[in-house]
Amino acid sequence: MRGFAHLLERLAFTAARNAKLRLLRHYLEQTPDPDRGYALAALTGDLKLRAVTPGLLRGLMAERIDGQLFAMSYDFVGDLAETIALLWDTDRDEDVPLHQAVALLSETGRAGLPSTITAMLDRLGPSQRLAFLKLATGNMRVGLSARMARIALAEMGEPQVKDIEEIWHGLTPPYQPLFDWIAGGTRPEHAALAPFRPVMLSTPVDLDQLRAFDPALYTAEWKWDGIRVQAINDGGTRRLYSRTGEDVGAAFPDLLEALNFDGAVDGELLVRRGLDVAPFGDLQKRLGRKVVGRAMLDSHPASLRVYDAMIWQGRDLRDLPHEERRAILETADFGSERIDLSPLLPFATWDDLAALRADPPSIVIEGVMIKRRDSAYVGGRPRGPWFKWKRDPMVVDAVMLYAQRGHGKRSGFYSDFTFGLWDGEVLVPVGKAYFGFTDEELRELDRFVRNNTTERFGPVRSVAPKLVLEVAFEGLNASPRHKSGVAMRFPRISRIRWDKPAAEADRLQTLKDMIP
Amino acid sequence: MRADQILHPTEAGLYCPPGDFYIDPVRPVPRALITHGHGDHARAGHGAVMATQQTLDIMAIRYGEDFTASRQAAKGVARIGGVQVSFHPAGHILGSAQIAVMPDKGPKIVVSGDYCRAPNPVCASYEPVPCDIFVTEATFGLPVFRHPDPLLEMTRLIASMAEFPERPHLIGAYALGKAQRVIALARQAGIDGPIAIHGALQRLSDYHVEQGIDLGPLVPATAKEVQAQLVIAPPSAFASAWVQRFSDPVIGFASGWMAVRARARQRGVELPLVISDHVDWPQVTQTITDLAPEEVWITHGTEEGLMRWCELQGIASRPLRLVGYEDEPE
Repeated sequence: MRGFAHLLERLAFTAARNAKLRLLRHYLEQTPDPDRGYALAALTGDLKLRAVTPGLLRGLMAERIDGQLFAMSYDFVGDLAETIALLWDTDRDEDVPLHQAVALLSETGRAGLPSTITAMLDRLGPSQRLAFLKLATGNMRVGLSARMARIALAEMGEPQVKDIEEIWHGLTPPYQPLFDWIAGGTRPEHAALAPFRPVMLSTPVDLDQLRAFDPALYTAEWKWDGIRVQAINDGGTRRLYSRTGEDVGAAFPDLLEALNFDGAVDGELLVRRGLDVAPFGDLQKRLGRKVVGRAMLDSHPASLRVYDAMIWQGRDLRDLPHEERRAILETADFGSERIDLSPLLPFATWDDLAALRADPPSIVIEGVMIKRRDSAYVGGRPRGPWFKWKRDPMVVDAVMLYAQRGHGKRSGFYSDFTFGLWDGEVLVPVGKAYFGFTDEELRELDRFVRNNTTERFGPVRSVAPKLVLEVAFEGLNASPRHKSGVAMRFPRISRIRWDKPAAEADRLQTLKDMIP
Repeated sequence: MRADQILHPTEAGLYCPPGDFYIDPVRPVPRALITHGHGDHARAGHGAVMATQQTLDIMAIRYGEDFTASRQAAKGVARIGGVQVSFHPAGHILGSAQIAVMPDKGPKIVVSGDYCRAPNPVCASYEPVPCDIFVTEATFGLPVFRHPDPLLEMTRLIASMAEFPERPHLIGAYALGKAQRVIALARQAGIDGPIAIHGALQRLSDYHVEQGIDLGPLVPATAKEVQAQLVIAPPSAFASAWVQRFSDPVIGFASGWMAVRARARQRGVELPLVISDHVDWPQVTQTITDLAPEEVWITHGTEEGLMRWCELQGIASRPLRLVGYEDEPE
C-alpha cells in the first residue's frame, strides 16, 4: 500500500491532466496484481467496501488522545481522516499489500471493525495511514475519472481507449483479465449484458468550410442541449451510459423504466414536459443524485430524443449507412412516450440550413448536426462524416477582478481570471475563465495583473477593476449557489478589450436577461 | 529575584532589566542578544549586538557591516550588568543559539530561540541546557506535527525527478538555513550533479561553504538556459516573473507546514516536502520532559496545544505572546 499511498498523495497535489496520467500509468506498470486493480477501482469509485463512519473513527481517537488536543488538531487540519493519520502514534511502517486492506474492510463485521482498524493503523506509517483511512471512509477525491483511468490503461499496451470502454462495464475489481489483455493476452469476453459501445463524435464546422461539400450528401438535425447518452435494453437489462461510458442510470429511473425496446440507441437525454423541452439547468437538477425523489421525478421528467441506433432487435447496424439506420428508426416503436426520434431538417443549400440555425424553434437547441448519409457508425471522433455547427456563443463584456497563478506549463503566469459585471455601483463576480487566449495574450494579461495588483491572498491577486474581457459562453443557468445568481457554461475569454473603459462593461441584469 | 523581574515580554521583545538588554528584539534597542540570523529575530539598527560569531557574520552579510554600532561575539560565560549569559547550540540554522540568563540569585532561564533536535548537516546540534525556566517556541505545537526523516522526503523528490525527467523541479526553501540544508540533504541522498540556486541564495550559501559545509557544485539559476533539473529558490520567487523562465516546472516547498495538506494547497505546491528546522511535537514534549523545568514559557506559535500538554503533565506554563515572529521567516 506504500505505492498506493504515494500515488494518492501525488494525485492530490497534481492539477495537470497529463501529469496525473503519467503518475497513474507508472503506478499500474510497477504494481503487481491484484493490488493495482483494487487501486484502480478505489480511484474510480468502483470499489464497494464497508463504509467506516466518522463516529467510529472519533471513538478510536477518544481512547488515545486528550479531547482538547484532538479538537485543536482537527480544527487545524480540517479533515478527519488526515487528522487521525497524523496523530496516530506508532513507529512501525510496514508495506501492507493493498489487497489485505481491502479484504479487511470488506470482510470484517461491524463489531470487529474498531479493533481491526486499530490493528491496521498500528502497522502503518503516516501516508499509508491516510490512504487506508481514505479507503475506509470511501472518500478519495483525487480528481480522477474512470475515463482518465482508461486512457492510462490504453497507454500501457495495444488496446485503445475505445476497446477498453467497450468491455469496461463487464469487468469487476481487481480486473485481472483486463491487465492480462493489456499485457498481450486475450481480450476478455463481455461478461455483462448491455455493454457500453464507443460513441461516434463530430467535429466543429462553419459555413465557409461547409461550402466545400455537396449538401445533397448530408442530413441535418437539431443539436439539443442535454446530455448525450447511450440507452440500452439488452434482453431486459437496461442501461444508460454517458458518452464517456459512465453508467448514469441511477439518476434516471424514470427513463430506464421507459426503455421498452430491444436495442442500443444513441440520443440526447432531456427533461421534457409534454412537447416542451426544458433548459439544461432543469436537467442539471437531476444529475449526480443517488436517489431521486418522487416530486423531482414528477416535476422534472427525463426523456430521450433518439439520434441513431447501434443495435436494433438483435442486429448490429453500425456498419450500415446512416441513411439506412435512420430508415429503421423511422418505423421503430420505442415503446414509451418519453422516447421520440430527432426530426430531420429540410434543406437544399447550406444557406437554407444557415437560416434554420439562425432561428431555432426552441432555446434548448445549441446548433445543428450534419451527418453524411453514407456514414457508418464509428466510435471515436473520425474527421469528416459528422459535423457540429453550433450556434454562436453568447458574449458579455466583463471586468477582471481576480487572477490566480496557473500550474505546470503556466507556472508563474496569472492565467485563471475571475470577472464581474456591474450591479449598481458594484462589480459582482459572475464567473471564472482560464482559456481562450493565445500565449502572447497570456503574457500581456500576466503583465497587466502584476502591474495592477491591489491585494494578494496566497496564489490569488485582486486587481484594479479596469480591464474589460469579452467572455463567450455556451449557456446560462440560474444558480442559487453563486452570489450573482447565474452560472455560465464553458466561459472563455474571446477578446481582451484593452480599448474599453470598465464603466462601459455589461450589467448583471443584461446577463440575467439571457437566462432561458 | 523573581523570574519576571529577570525577563519579561515588552513590545520590543523579551527584556532583561538587571542586564538592560533585549533578546531578539523586533525594533531597534540599545543592547540586543540575538539567537539566530533569521530576519524576524535578527534586525538591523541596534546599539550593541551580542550573538555567535556566525550569527554576527550572517547579519553583516544581510544588512551590511554597519548593521550595529558595536558587536560582541558570544564566548563562554559573559557578565552583562546584574546577570551572566551564555550561548549554546540550538540546532536550528548555522550559528543558532539558545541563550541562558543566570542571575546572581534567582532562577536560571534558558531562551531557546528557534530550535530543532533532528540531525542537521549544516549546523551544530541542539544541546540540552538544564534550567529552572525554559522559554520555548511552539511553531509546531500540535500533536499532528511529527516531522518525518528528511532523507525520506528526499527520496520522494528524487522519485519525482525520475518520474518527470523533462520537468525542472523548483523547490522553495528559505534563503538562510533551509536552502542550504535542502542542498546538503540532496547531496546525502545521492544527487551529485549541479544544483541551481536563485540569486538570493548565493552569498549565504557561499558563507556556509566558507564555514566548511560541503554543498557540492552550485550553479546560478539566473542563466537563460538552466541546466540543472533541481533548482532551489526562496518561496517568494514563485510569485514573481522569475519562475516563467522554466518550462512546465514541478513546484515544491520544503517546510514543516507541508505535513498538512490544506497548508500545502494554499501554497499551490505540487510536491510538498516536510522538512523543518523547528522542533516537532515529539521533540518539544521530549525536551520539556528531559529538562524538567519548574516553568515553561512559550514565545510564539500554536501555544494552546503545548499549554494543554503542560497542563496534563502538571507543568506550569505561560504564553508570552510575543509579536513580530513569523511562522517561518522569509
